[in-house]
Amino acid sequence: MYTEKVMDHFTNPRNVGEIENADGVGEVGNAKCGDIMRIYLDIEGDTIKDVKFKTFGCGAAVATSSMVTEMVKGKTIDEALVISNAAVAEALGGLPPAKMHCSNLAADALHAAIKDYHDKQQIKE
Amino acid sequence: MKRIYLDHSATTPVDPEVAGLMMTYYTEKYGNPSSVHGFGREAKQALEEARKQVAELIGATPQEVVFTSGGTEADNIAILGTVEAKRNKGKHIITSCIEHHAVLETCEYLEKNGFDLTIIPVDEEGIFSVEDVRKAIRPDTILISMMHANNEVGSIQPIAEIGKLAKEHGIVFHVDAVQSFGKIPIQVNEMNIDLLTISSHKIYGPKGVGALYVRKGVRLIPLIHGGGQEKKRRSGTENLPGIIGFGKACELAGQRMAEDAEYLKKLRDKLINGIVERIDYVKINGPLGEKRLPNNVNVSIQFVEGESLLLSLDMLGIAASSGSACTSGSLDPSHVLLAMGLIHEIAHGSLRFSLGRHNTEEEIDYVLEQLPKIVERLRMMSPLYDQVLREQKQAQ
Repeated sequence: MYTEKVMDHFTNPRNVGEIENADGVGEVGNAKCGDIMRIYLDIEGDTIKDVKFKTFGCGAAVATSSMVTEMVKGKTIDEALVISNAAVAEALGGLPPAKMHCSNLAADALHAAIKDYHDKQQIKE
Repeated sequence: MKRIYLDHSATTPVDPEVAGLMMTYYTEKYGNPSSVHGFGREAKQALEEARKQVAELIGATPQEVVFTSGGTEADNIAILGTVEAKRNKGKHIITSCIEHHAVLETCEYLEKNGFDLTIIPVDEEGIFSVEDVRKAIRPDTILISMMHANNEVGSIQPIAEIGKLAKEHGIVFHVDAVQSFGKIPIQVNEMNIDLLTISSHKIYGPKGVGALYVRKGVRLIPLIHGGGQEKKRRSGTENLPGIIGFGKACELAGQRMAEDAEYLKKLRDKLINGIVERIDYVKINGPLGEKRLPNNVNVSIQFVEGESLLLSLDMLGIAASSGSACTSGSLDPSHVLLAMGLIHEIAHGSLRFSLGRHNTEEEIDYVLEQLPKIVERLRMMSPLYDQVLREQKQAQ
């Protein structure tokens, strides 16, 4: 039911963990529906220097989280903002239709983390 | 890679003796039981022999056994056929919240079409109370449909007491016994059961065949009309090889039941105790001991999600199932676990291991060796586990 790429990211997820004192943290989903994704960003200038994630959820939830971290590492914030959930799924070679809506939230978590970064910046200014 | 099958409540392998016997009825004794000639008579005789084998395992007479395409069809005939026959007497049906979808969805379909439905709750062990059923009975109750043992958590229900109650009130009593049949004793007369659903592929028989026991004198309106097979209760040419296999599987189940149950209980308790000893933050779902099916283990593993557990086990060749939303095909986790009072996040992290005759102690040891590692890996990835890690750090 999952592509080889999804299984690869599920088995060997990239960038698992936390960043202490992260510049931006974003969390989406809830335990009730069975998926929670949290993304941590380390930002220098306007570049994402490091990114980590923690996810509670099914295979697709873990794989999309891992994939999105790989896609944004070293990218600018503007580049990261245009990454969509659909693009993450596509990069994984597709997801089963049932997973497209419930477990494909990694880009949302990324955008939430960027928003958190912007909010913190505003407070600093 | 070695493969370990721990999903016998989903289906079982066909016993080689059963499969061998079935083959004869595909290639040599392939007659239609309704035909007059020798081929037909030979098939008819075999059909009736199988009917006897099935009847014997539940203490029924062969005439009371109606072959179907499986458990789901038997449930549908029992429920829809009864309400159709009793339409003039009333419109109230009683069932439970932990039934298989084949019963629940059928009852809910009737509710949408003008029938009244009472759904009996369960306690935290997944067992419903006789008292609740007694209170739910109304003068216009025409059917009580309740399962013998639950497919997810293995809880065995007080069916004999409910049967007594149904008999006192003259209400038709249907029992879905797909999961208990062949594993623990069932006697339709002692338990006052009017209609009993059973299935072949859960007891080392072939898929696509099951039966409905219909007590003599209980009237059912058929769902499938046609050539009048099965005494007009279920038309269509009989699936003879399947039925022959089912009959043989019943005979073998009867011979092996006590020995299998004792063996499976030992494996079951080894797995349950091993999980509790080796993994923190787990909860065994369903009753322990005699109220639990001999082959069922159901455990919620906190802070991780069921499908991730299944995928990880599957990569090691271990086959299990889960009540998480991702595996139920809906957005909600198992209706059984929620009915037992589990909160969503605990229900999402549930795993069911259903054991079978061919499982070994070594296989259980392997699961107990691998599962803690899988859980640890997924927990380290889980944001829900952070709190626990922090508390552990503080304690040090």
